[in-house]
Amino acid sequence: MMRMRNARRGATVGLALASVALLTACGTSGGGGGGNDNEAATELGETEGQVSILAWPGYVEDGSNDPSVDWVTPFEEQTGCEVTAKTFGTSDEALNLMKTGDYDVVSASGDASLRLVAGGDVAPVNTDLLKNYDGIYDFLKDQAWNTVDGVNYGVPHGYGANLLMYNTDVITEEPTSWDLVFDKSGDYAGKVTAYDSPIYIADAALYLMKHQPDLGIENPYALDEEQLAAAVDLLKQQRENIGEYWSDYLKEVQSFQTGDTVVGTSWQVIQNVLEGEGGKTAVTLPADEGATGWSDTWMISSQAKNPNCAYAWLDYISSPEANAAATSYFGEAPSSDAACEYREDCEAYHAGDADYASQIWYWTTPIEDCIDGRTDVKCTDYAAWTQAWQEIKG
Amino acid sequence: MTATRAVPAPRRSAARAGSAFLSAHPRARLALLLSAPLFWLGVVYIVALVLLLVTAFWSVDSFTGEITTEFTLDNIIEVVTGSLYQTVTLRTIGVALAVTVIDVALALPIAFFMAKVASARMQRVLLIMVLTPLWASYLVKAYAWRSVLSQDGILEWLVAPFGGHTPGYGLPATIITLSYLWLPYVILPIYAGLERVPDSLLEASGDLGGKTWSTLRLVVLPLALPAIIAGTIFSFSLSLGDYITVNIVGGTSQMLGNLVYTNVGAANNLPLAAAIALIPIVIIFGYLFLVRRTGALDNL
Repeated sequence: MMRMRNARRGATVGLALASVALLTACGTSGGGGGGNDNEAATELGETEGQVSILAWPGYVEDGSNDPSVDWVTPFEEQTGCEVTAKTFGTSDEALNLMKTGDYDVVSASGDASLRLVAGGDVAPVNTDLLKNYDGIYDFLKDQAWNTVDGVNYGVPHGYGANLLMYNTDVITEEPTSWDLVFDKSGDYAGKVTAYDSPIYIADAALYLMKHQPDLGIENPYALDEEQLAAAVDLLKQQRENIGEYWSDYLKEVQSFQTGDTVVGTSWQVIQNVLEGEGGKTAVTLPADEGATGWSDTWMISSQAKNPNCAYAWLDYISSPEANAAATSYFGEAPSSDAACEYREDCEAYHAGDADYASQIWYWTTPIEDCIDGRTDVKCTDYAAWTQAWQEIKG
Repeated sequence: MTATRAVPAPRRSAARAGSAFLSAHPRARLALLLSAPLFWLGVVYIVALVLLLVTAFWSVDSFTGEITTEFTLDNIIEVVTGSLYQTVTLRTIGVALAVTVIDVALALPIAFFMAKVASARMQRVLLIMVLTPLWASYLVKAYAWRSVLSQDGILEWLVAPFGGHTPGYGLPATIITLSYLWLPYVILPIYAGLERVPDSLLEASGDLGGKTWSTLRLVVLPLALPAIIAGTIFSFSLSLGDYITVNIVGGTSQMLGNLVYTNVGAANNLPLAAAIALIPIVIIFGYLFLVRRTGALDNL
């Protein structure tokens, strides 16, 4: 009896080992990937009747959030491409969702676009096929975050800055510095918020750039180990006063509305929603340090099931009218001068002002080779930032 | 002389032949009966777990996010030795234990009342009341607690006149919300266990001079213990794996589920997430191993 049981147990273990070996073998043959042999399309065919879009909240509005905000329906009527949209809260989420291959188009910020290209998740885009590409600002074209080795991987959408949001009942004067959420965050203990993503480390680095010049930070996305450690220390101090981190923008809207949060990093679109609901908040771009920001690119998945509708969307969203509507709703500068004819607040966003645009530190993926030009040290890459971020949250 | 049959011989058909074969071969019968559910269990449950185990030994290319399928122990070492994972593991176990203690403390009197004191009609009404919250979505209940616990929520309004304050978002809020969410799962097995305790035993104890407390302690509790432990398995294991509630009302706190979630969702590091996911599996296996001796698993 005993022996039989042992024999049976042996068989079970053997089976388990065999299945592990089999799975490993399967995985090994299926792994790899990387480089991208995709060629850009040379001509367009019939539209497929639908397109699936992965976008930042506020980029693909079909009137379901606000009946007066709708630029998807005209697109569907013009092209016959039915739009299904999904929003994401952080670039990492977008990257992960794109790997599923379920989406044809994505609006990628600079901290995702290069990783998407390197992972072979997006295909080159033939800009000759897009009627509206010519009108786009030259300083947005052929940039490090949308072009690799001279190959275009997408169409610029718009750009803007991460803003400081504050409750006007609690903070009556317009702040000029981010110190409200860093050195002075103790004044609002438990009611400070911050963006829940490793890329937020750059905000701390930007603050240190002005306030601790000894560290020698030249670019908030190029941090050596010592500089990263300083930023992590600052963020750990900040954490003690954080009420909650946000990545879901609706959660941030709610906590500012109830007063659970009174100060923290935010986007213009959040302010727009709060204003619509009578919230007592305002946003500002603190002049002392400047701000981090984003410059977004519409990209097409390398596994796109509806490439023609995807091209149609890229062309449509770059058209002055649609681009004006989308960027105006989100609260960012549009991608062309022509778009400014459809909106009145272009000056507030310094649209087309290449000098201003160069002052915003656009999100970009930190890599080992320091992007500020240093060659004597190795910089910390995004994996290190991710780990640091988890440590900060503790 | 020809034998006359009372019943005509059945017609031969494929179904009848198959049925005759199965009747003569009990093992074939068993195999047919069990192969579908066992295949399901094997593919969905065992393979998924094995896949998780295997993934924990792989790594991720940090730039492209592709999984490299070379064997490495780095993730396991990182999870076992990293101070972050130790802190979060302890916090998670603490929350799960607190939730379990609170739930058992609340469930015992309710279950006892339902099983032994209430009339048959009242019993049904109470059972429905306990089950009703399960019909509402988990998310709705968690968000309801988010607004209850908010700075201008109903709790603040209730306790402010007495000088109290809402705990705000954080670990206390997480424990309160989880205790609320899992309470029905603790009440039901305890109620079922107490119902099986014969009333005659309580009467016998009374007849022999046992006071209320000694009856409860010496008669009811030992008989109900397996049921109580069955209840704690629910609240403990459900709390251990939770990440949504802590995300909604937990403020800045993280639990093990959050680390798994951010490693899958945000950091795109599936191997590390798999390694972290092994922690609650190990804890629960340890817990089940301990409670197996009490016979509580018979009550599930």
